[in-house]
Amino acid sequence: MFRIKVPRYWRHKDFRYRLNAWKCNHCGEVHFFKPLVCRRCRLREFNKVMLPETGKLIAYTIVRSPPCGFEEQTPYIIGFIELEDGTRILSQITDCYPEELKLGMKVEVTFRRVREDDPDKIIAYGYKFRPAI
Amino acid sequence: MSKVYVAGVGLTKVDEHWRESLEYLMAEASLKALDDAGISRVDSIYVGSMLSQVLQEQSHLGALLAEELGLSGIPAMGVEAASASGAAAVYAGAREIEASRANAVLVVGVDKMSDGMSEEVTSAMMIGERQEYTGFIGATFYSINALLYSLYMNRYSVGQEKIALFPVLCHEHAVNAPHAQYPFKIKLDTVLSSPYVAEPLRRFETTAIADGAAALVLVNEETARKLDSLKTELVIESATDYLTPLQREDPLWFPSVSLSTSKALSRSGIEKKDIKTIEIFDATSIMAVLSLESLGFAERGEGWRLLERGELTLSGSIPCNTFGGLKARGHPAGATGIYQIAELHLQLTHRAGKNQLDSIKAGLAQSLGGIASTAFTSILKEV
Amino acid sequence: MSDALIVNSYNVAGMLMFRDYMVKMNSVIILGYGGYVPRYRVRAEEIARVWGEEQTGLPVEEKAVASLDEDTITMAVEAARIALKRAGIPPSRIGAVHVGTESKPYAVKPCGTIVAEAIGATPKVTAADFEFACKAGTEALQFISSLVEAGRIDYGLAIGSDTAQGRPRDALEYTAASGAAAFIIGRDKDKGVAEIEAWTSYVTDTPDFWRREYERYPRHTARFTGDPAYFHHIVNSVKALLDDEGYNFNDIDYVIFHQPNVRFPFVAAKLLGVDIEKVKPGMVAGTIGNTYAACSLLGLVKVLDQAKPGQRILLASFGSGAGSDSYIIRVLDGVELKRELAPTLEKFIERKTYIDYITYAKNRRKIIM
Repeated sequence: MFRIKVPRYWRHKDFRYRLNAWKCNHCGEVHFFKPLVCRRCRLREFNKVMLPETGKLIAYTIVRSPPCGFEEQTPYIIGFIELEDGTRILSQITDCYPEELKLGMKVEVTFRRVREDDPDKIIAYGYKFRPAI
Repeated sequence: MSKVYVAGVGLTKVDEHWRESLEYLMAEASLKALDDAGISRVDSIYVGSMLSQVLQEQSHLGALLAEELGLSGIPAMGVEAASASGAAAVYAGAREIEASRANAVLVVGVDKMSDGMSEEVTSAMMIGERQEYTGFIGATFYSINALLYSLYMNRYSVGQEKIALFPVLCHEHAVNAPHAQYPFKIKLDTVLSSPYVAEPLRRFETTAIADGAAALVLVNEETARKLDSLKTELVIESATDYLTPLQREDPLWFPSVSLSTSKALSRSGIEKKDIKTIEIFDATSIMAVLSLESLGFAERGEGWRLLERGELTLSGSIPCNTFGGLKARGHPAGATGIYQIAELHLQLTHRAGKNQLDSIKAGLAQSLGGIASTAFTSILKEV
Repeated sequence: MSDALIVNSYNVAGMLMFRDYMVKMNSVIILGYGGYVPRYRVRAEEIARVWGEEQTGLPVEEKAVASLDEDTITMAVEAARIALKRAGIPPSRIGAVHVGTESKPYAVKPCGTIVAEAIGATPKVTAADFEFACKAGTEALQFISSLVEAGRIDYGLAIGSDTAQGRPRDALEYTAASGAAAFIIGRDKDKGVAEIEAWTSYVTDTPDFWRREYERYPRHTARFTGDPAYFHHIVNSVKALLDDEGYNFNDIDYVIFHQPNVRFPFVAAKLLGVDIEKVKPGMVAGTIGNTYAACSLLGLVKVLDQAKPGQRILLASFGSGAGSDSYIIRVLDGVELKRELAPTLEKFIERKTYIDYITYAKNRRKIIM
C-alpha cells in the first residue's frame, strides 16, 4: 500500500540528493519541485538554484509513531530548518541524540538512506541534516 | 439563490466497528438521516472520505452508497478534501441546492481507520500533505503539529499545561454524548503524563483510530416546508492554503480559516457575537488553539486563555465542541466534518440531551483538511 | 616470516622490463581529498565482553560503526563532498567516478551512479564499482589516475568506502569498520595537494579471505592471512615500486600500510626495514578499526592533513585474494591551503559516541526483524 514508487522517488533526485530547487525570478519564492507557476506571485519564470548547505534549527520534534517504511529508524528527529538564505525546509536530523537538540543550533546537509522498501528492496536516498561538524 | 436547510441528521457511534464494513457504516448513517428527515428519496448523493481509497482500497463511494440504499439511478459521487472531506461533501450538496438543481441532497462522510495497521493509518493520515516533500522524509501529521506546537510555545511563551487543557474540555463534553468514542472525563495530569507521539505533542492531545459515518439531508426551502423541518439554515464557505503549513509565511496563522469564516459570516448575515457555540477542528490540542485564534475568537497567541477562563465550557460564553470534538467524540477523518454540522443541528433543534445549550440561535463549525490547507466554515442558524 | 621477503625474481624482472617501456604521459595530481568516518564507535572490549573473550591484546581499541541510515554509498558521498570542497572544481567536470568497496548496498546496481548523481557529476561521466576486498579503493585510484594521465578525462573521483561486516564472534568482528576516503584527481600541478609520482601492483591468487554470493559474512583462513597474504604482497609490491622507480626509504617521509589491526603495519615496516616513526602518522585503525577499502586511503588522508610540501609518502594497500597496490606520492605546495577548506579527518575521528553491542548490532542490521 505505502511503498516507494521508483519513478516518483527518482524524478525528484535533483532536490532529494543535492537540494536543487527553483527560485521565482520575480518574488524570490523557493519551490522545491519544478513549478509551472509561482504559488506566491503567479509569474512563470524560475532559476534553478542550489540551496545553502547549512542553516539553523528553528523547531524540532521526535517521531515516536512512524509511518510505513520508517519503523526501523524510529524514533527519529524531524527538524524545521532555516537555511542561510532564509529558505525554510523540513528535514530529518541525523547523527544527533534528542538530548543534543538545541533551538538555533547550526546544522548542515548530509546524504543518507531516507527509506528502504521492504518488499522491493529499493533504497531511497536523500538529504538529511546533522549538527554542523 | 435557494437557501439550504438541514432536514435530517444520522450518526453512527464513533468506535472501532470491527464487525461492520465501510459501506455498512455509511448506509447506516444515511438511513438514519433519511428517516430523521422523513423522506426516502433524494436527488443526489455526495460522499466524503479521506482514507477509503488507501485503507479499504475502495473508491466510487457515491455509486456504492446509492446501491446500498437501493437508490441506484440517482447521481452520486465522492468528494475529497483530506480530513475535511465530509465538509466538502456538504459544500457540494449545498451548492447544488443553492443553484436550484436539487430539492434534497444526501451528504455523507465516512472513514474506517480500524481496517489499517497503526503504521498504515499514520501513513494514511499524511496523504493530505505534500507527499513528495514531507511524506518522503518520514514526517507525520503529528510531527508537523508538534513543530507548530513548539513554535507556538516559544513565540508566545506559553506552557504546554495551558494548551493541554483542550482535551480535558472535550472529554468533559463527551460524557453525555451517546455517539462519542470516549465518553469519560480525563484530568490534565492524564494528558501531560501520556506518552509523546512527537515531542511536545502527547498521545492524549491527539485523536485515536476511529470508525464512523455521519449523514445530513440538505433540502431547499420548499422541501423543508413540506417536511415540516424549516428549522436550521446552513451557509458553508471554504478557502485553501499551501499543503505544508511550515512553508507558509506564518505557520501559526490559518488564513484559510479566517477567510472562509468572514465569507460565511457575511453571507449568513450574522455577526460573530451572534455565534453562541462552535465546533472546532481539534485534530490536536495545538490545532484547536490555532483555530480559535484564526477564527477570531481570540487574539494571536491568546487562544489558550479561553480555556483557562472556562469560556469554552457548556456554561461559558462560547461553548465549544459540545459533544466532545475530534478528541473525545472521535475523528473518523472524512466523517468528522459532518459530525460537526450534525451536532450544531442537534443543539439548534434542542436535541442535544444533557449537553443542551440554552437559547442559542446560531453556531459555527470549522472543518480542516490537513493543517488548514483546506478550511470550511459552516454557519447554522435557527430559522 | 622471512619467506615473505623472498621475492619472486622472475616477476620483479618482468615488471622491471615492462615498466621500462612506460613513459609517463601527464602528471597525476591529487586536487582534493576527503575522509569520512561515521559518528558511532564500539569498543573492542565491549565486543570481547559479549563473547566472553580476554580483554587484552585486542587488535584495535575501537571501531567506527555506521548509523542505520548510512551505507557505502552515503559515506562515499560524504567523503566525495569534502574532497570536492578542497578541489574547488565544478563537479560537472568530473569525467569518472570509481567506487571501491566490498559492501555494496545493491548486488546489482552501481554505487558509482548514485554517488555521481549526488555530487552533481552526472551525466557526462563514467561510473563503475571496483571490488578487491580491502584494496578496492586504491584500485579505483589506479584507474582514475590512468584515465587522467592518458588525457581521457580532465578530472576523476576515486573512492574507497566500506561498511565492513565481520561475523559475530569472529576475530574480524573486532576490526571490521565503516569509513570512506575520496580523491579528486587532475593534471594541474599548481593547484595540487600532492602528485602521484608512481604506482604499481602485485597480485597473486591467494585465497586468504572471501565471501561467496548470498553470504552475509566473509570467511577467512586465520593465520594464513598474514605471512603468505598480507606480508608477502605488501613487501613485494613496495619493493617492486621502489626498485622500479629508483627510490629508497630515505626519500620517503611517511609510510602507510593497510591496517587490518594495529600490529601488522609495524611488522611490515620491520620486514622492509622502515623506521616505524614514518608509519605512525598514517595509523588510523587503532581508533576507527579496519575500514577495508577506505583503510589505507584514510591513512593517506590523515597524512595529507599534516604533511608539508615537498615530503614524500609511500602507500601500500592490501586486498585479500590477494594483492597490494603501492604508490609514491609527493606533497605539493597547495596542501596547506587546501587542507583548510574542509574538516580534517581528525574532526571526524574525534566526533565519536560509544554505543553498546546491542546498538551496534541494531545499526549494522544484525538483529533479525
